[in-house]
Amino acid sequence: MRPLAELATPVMMGILLGGLYATIALGLSLVFGVVNEINIAHGDLVILGSYFGYVASTALGIDPILSLIIGAPLFFALGFAIQKYLLNRAFRISMDATLIIAFGISIILENTYQLIWTPLSRGLTTSYSVESFDVGTIHVPLVYLLDLVVAIVVMFCLHQFLRRTYLGTAIRAAAQDWKVAQLMGINTNRVYALTFGIATALASISGVFLGLTFPFTPVSGMSFLIIALGVIVLGGLGSIAGTFVAGIAFGLAQTVGGYFFGVAAQMLVAYTMVLVVLAVIPKGIFGR
Amino acid sequence: MNGETLLKVSHIDVFHGSFQALWDVSLSVESGEIVAIIGANGSGKSTLMEAISGLMHPARGSIEFEGHAISSLEPFQIVVRGISLMPEGGRIFPDLTVLENLKIGSYNRKARSESAENLQRVYELFPVLQARKTQPARTLSGGEKQMLALGRSLMSDPKLVLLDEMSLGLAPRLVNDLYVALREIRARGITVLFVEQNVRRSLAEADRAYIMETGRIVLSGRVEDLREEEKVKKAYFGT
Repeated sequence: MRPLAELATPVMMGILLGGLYATIALGLSLVFGVVNEINIAHGDLVILGSYFGYVASTALGIDPILSLIIGAPLFFALGFAIQKYLLNRAFRISMDATLIIAFGISIILENTYQLIWTPLSRGLTTSYSVESFDVGTIHVPLVYLLDLVVAIVVMFCLHQFLRRTYLGTAIRAAAQDWKVAQLMGINTNRVYALTFGIATALASISGVFLGLTFPFTPVSGMSFLIIALGVIVLGGLGSIAGTFVAGIAFGLAQTVGGYFFGVAAQMLVAYTMVLVVLAVIPKGIFGR
Repeated sequence: MNGETLLKVSHIDVFHGSFQALWDVSLSVESGEIVAIIGANGSGKSTLMEAISGLMHPARGSIEFEGHAISSLEPFQIVVRGISLMPEGGRIFPDLTVLENLKIGSYNRKARSESAENLQRVYELFPVLQARKTQPARTLSGGEKQMLALGRSLMSDPKLVLLDEMSLGLAPRLVNDLYVALREIRARGITVLFVEQNVRRSLAEADRAYIMETGRIVLSGRVEDLREEEKVKKAYFGT
């Protein structure tokens, strides 16, 4: 065991890192909440976002964050197409059908990354990716701060979109009762494609910040998918606020757990926390 | 406008999987009418409503609205044409506010321009909805939820509303309120086709009625004639 006085650093890092986890989990949560699909390929789409940033910065010399101005709409179109042409045809059959299709997409993506970018570990390096600043005695990397800021901005925008726009209301209606939503004149298949598109655009954003924070390989998607699944289950399925709080709780459990029990045990601590919380509140922190 | 055939259902068979729920059902509704469908639980009334609104598709037969075939269209395409279903149990969106529920009722493109006007009319019909407009719909009482569901179905600017058991499980006073609203709706030129288990009520409110048993229409006609039918008397009034 190490002294408690040094705990401030892992707590700070856990909160900031939790922002990244929340952003990664948000797209998964949105698709589950609205379309009732578990998108197993979500982690791989996030990593596609990381590679997009990688290509933009190494081959084209564009800042990876700025590249999202083009990247996010492109990813939206990709997600829209995946739902429209693949998943919409399957999801009324059973939840398993979409799960298997998403799993297939995941395998195809991972192998494509291996072919194009090799299994070597990559990272996004920019002028600011090594910068840091001090808060009292705590040393904070700038990128970690960005992770939290982006999480807050993205969640706020999504919340406003769902609350304040006609389309956002239609998405919430379709999530609650798709048959009656159709009776209202809502083309639910189109709403699902739009939702999956938004989730994929969110994946591109989280992918770029993931690449700025951690090195990644073609198979990194699966480990982040598992984190994201833990986060949305912990937060309460389909809740934006829950996803945010759970992302931070997950980040904290990981860094603080790592601090006390060593890096090897940090995921164990995080998942033990998920299990304990679910044993006490089965619907998650913000579950209904 | 009155007297033209608005809805024409011809010889439809509808299946739930391998179970046949409707057998050779035909029915027509003229514009301006109030028509009732009467029958016990499981007689196929709701299935008929679902087939007209596009939630179910008939295996055989045709459904025409204003002379156009609609039986292969999806619900969101049918509502644009002017048919609005208030489903059994109301099925309001519990996590949307009252106002959001009403606004989503005019989601179809044709209804959007009329949305503000229709909202005002719904508030006139059910002032309690205006008072509760910012509340989540799940906080409403049973009667208010049915008012919201009926109001929502009027927001799509319909020519024909289908009401599936709108008064089921409500106190008599609330049932009366809903039927007062129904007459109001007719006065505005909207045609009504409603499903009801209460035979007395149906025969009192409608111009014509169809009586269903086990997926078939067994009797139909003007309500004053039906009241005199021996079969109806025996089955429903016990005389």
